[in-house]
Amino acid sequence: MHTVLLKVTALFYLVGALAYLHFVFTLNERSAKLGRMLLLIGAILHGTGFVARYFVAGYTPITSLFESLSFSAFAIVCVFLGFELRYNLRVLGAFVAPLAFAFSASAAFLPGEVRALAPALNSYWLPVHVLLLFFGNAVFAVAFGAGIMYLLMEKELKTKKMGAIFKRLPSLNVLDDINYRCLTIGFPLLTLGIITGSIWAEYAWGSYWSWDPKEVWSLITWFIYAALLHVRMTVGWRGRKAAIFAIVGFCAILFTFLGVNLLLPGLHTYTSFSG
Amino acid sequence: MSEIVIVGLNHRTAPVEVRERLAFPADTVGHALRGLREIDGVSEGVILSTCNRVEACVLSESGYGGVESVKEFLAGFHGVPIGELSDHLYHHLGEGAVRHLFRVSSSLDSMVLGEPQILGQVKDAYGYACEFKTIGPVLDKFFTKAFSVAKRVRTETRVANSAVSVSYAAVELAKKILGDLPDKVVMLIGAGEMCELAARHLLSAGAKGILVTNRTFERAVHLAEEFDGTAVRFEELGVHLKRADIILSSTGSPHFILKREDVEAVIRIRRNRPMFFIDMAVPRDIDPDANEIDNVYVYDIDDLNNVIETNLEERQREAALAEEIVVAEVAGFRRWLDSQQVTPTIVSLRRKFDEVRQAEVAKALSALGTADPKTRKVVESLASSILNKVLHAPIASLKREANGRRPMEMVTVVREIFDLPEEEAEGAREGAERASEQGGTIGGQ
Repeated sequence: MHTVLLKVTALFYLVGALAYLHFVFTLNERSAKLGRMLLLIGAILHGTGFVARYFVAGYTPITSLFESLSFSAFAIVCVFLGFELRYNLRVLGAFVAPLAFAFSASAAFLPGEVRALAPALNSYWLPVHVLLLFFGNAVFAVAFGAGIMYLLMEKELKTKKMGAIFKRLPSLNVLDDINYRCLTIGFPLLTLGIITGSIWAEYAWGSYWSWDPKEVWSLITWFIYAALLHVRMTVGWRGRKAAIFAIVGFCAILFTFLGVNLLLPGLHTYTSFSG
Repeated sequence: MSEIVIVGLNHRTAPVEVRERLAFPADTVGHALRGLREIDGVSEGVILSTCNRVEACVLSESGYGGVESVKEFLAGFHGVPIGELSDHLYHHLGEGAVRHLFRVSSSLDSMVLGEPQILGQVKDAYGYACEFKTIGPVLDKFFTKAFSVAKRVRTETRVANSAVSVSYAAVELAKKILGDLPDKVVMLIGAGEMCELAARHLLSAGAKGILVTNRTFERAVHLAEEFDGTAVRFEELGVHLKRADIILSSTGSPHFILKREDVEAVIRIRRNRPMFFIDMAVPRDIDPDANEIDNVYVYDIDDLNNVIETNLEERQREAALAEEIVVAEVAGFRRWLDSQQVTPTIVSLRRKFDEVRQAEVAKALSALGTADPKTRKVVESLASSILNKVLHAPIASLKREANGRRPMEMVTVVREIFDLPEEEAEGAREGAERASEQGGTIGGQ
């Protein structure tokens, strides 16, 4: 049942994405409202699916690739809805909803049956470690979207060729504000996620840090965001450079999340296609 | 056979010398409205007078004859020989007049497409006509409809979005770069009319405060007072520049007063908080290269003009959508006009009472239970004969009024007291056709 529920949400995200795209092209407010409604319903179904799966599996269902992708989509949609509430940022939906669809749809192609939990994962640290990081990643996904929007908008304002983008995007100031807000929320989540992972690693593998590829790439990601936070606070970096950092940082996250699993096998390889 | 007639002239058909001679100052409107109403065959009248157009809208019994009498009235009222006017005046009848007023109120006929003032001016014209009681049921409905069409056009198309003047473009850009204005400071360098206007718009859009500087300090002090801001010595520009988020400049300086290095230094001090320079001076005051610095935006007068140009093009595109709305609304209003005629009114009056009769007869028969055919017949004929007797008088007076002076007023009253539905497209059209065979049509071309 829950697998079906998780797959059905992909449909909601798809239609939501289309509604948001329709809004971006026509600026029809109703489409934006529809998009938000669809994402909200999708997220509720999605959340219900996860709770159901939790009870069936008996553990926090974020262990296989299917579950991870699916949960990423859920986290991104939740974080986006939160930001939209605060900033009335409907255009961002056109960036975020397709991302959520892509994640949940690719999950839908993967084997989704509940499997016995690998003994090493059987721990209370699993939900703590994984939830922190997934929500952190989702926040950075929003920063990524805002970063792209910033660069597009800035280009129009600098070249003084005001086109469709100018009409549709919020002000540079708001976009930069989101960048900063995401950083101040996402960075602590990322940091805590890495720390809890390290503590858990001590219990599970007997070492806080074993330089496995996932750990190395998490650290690289952490350094990128740490550097951005640092220059923002000290030199007052903002705008274009901050937007580029947010984009690069999210690429690092994507690689840590997916690339490492597929290309660089290591201790964290619980979530590859095979197993 | 009353018909809506509009006679007038506007910025396209008449030069300002003619427009000003025909304009109705506010204190003469009442007098003029009464005069308009006194024209033979005119039962309702509204006068619209703005700096770009003068129009008289009347409900005239004599169709095209009404056009001539309104023209004569306009010429006579202002003492202008009609020969001098006839080249400039245009007229619209029936559906054409409906379309015209809808377009005018939606600002599709304005000099600056989509400008917002015209709707208010049309509302004023309507207000005068209400005040001096020269408006009747038809023009009342007509103008109210025109307001709602204008509102639809404004909300459903972007014909009135985006700025089309330099100073509004400056405000629009400032908002897109800096976000909300309430915590932003404006700096005015030099004195230029366009800069001052832009500053005024920025302040009324909520900007927090204004710094004013000028080569002659007295002038700066004077302007600062006017804007309720702070005067700053020109020599200290470099010191105060860091406080400003939006800088409006128009000095007579022959070379740049702010070079790229100056701006780079300021933005560093401001820790990259963005700055928006609007350079309205020719020759320019601010090194255009400063635009390449991160978080700095420099727009000169040509850049602003290009923005306006683009926005105007957008308005033109949106106007096509607006015209479609107008076409649909004209058709809708036409249906209403048709339904306001005597024959369709009689038709719907009969239909309404017939529905009542049928319902009541059915109720009575079912209460009687298994009534024999004779009882049935008696009940049915009783109902019909009451109905016919009751309806006889109103229908007779409607028919009588069809050839009278003000049929529409009677129709409106009848429709009102019997609560007849307003837009009965099909029935009304049938009625209209029959009516036109009888030679009594309203709103036809």
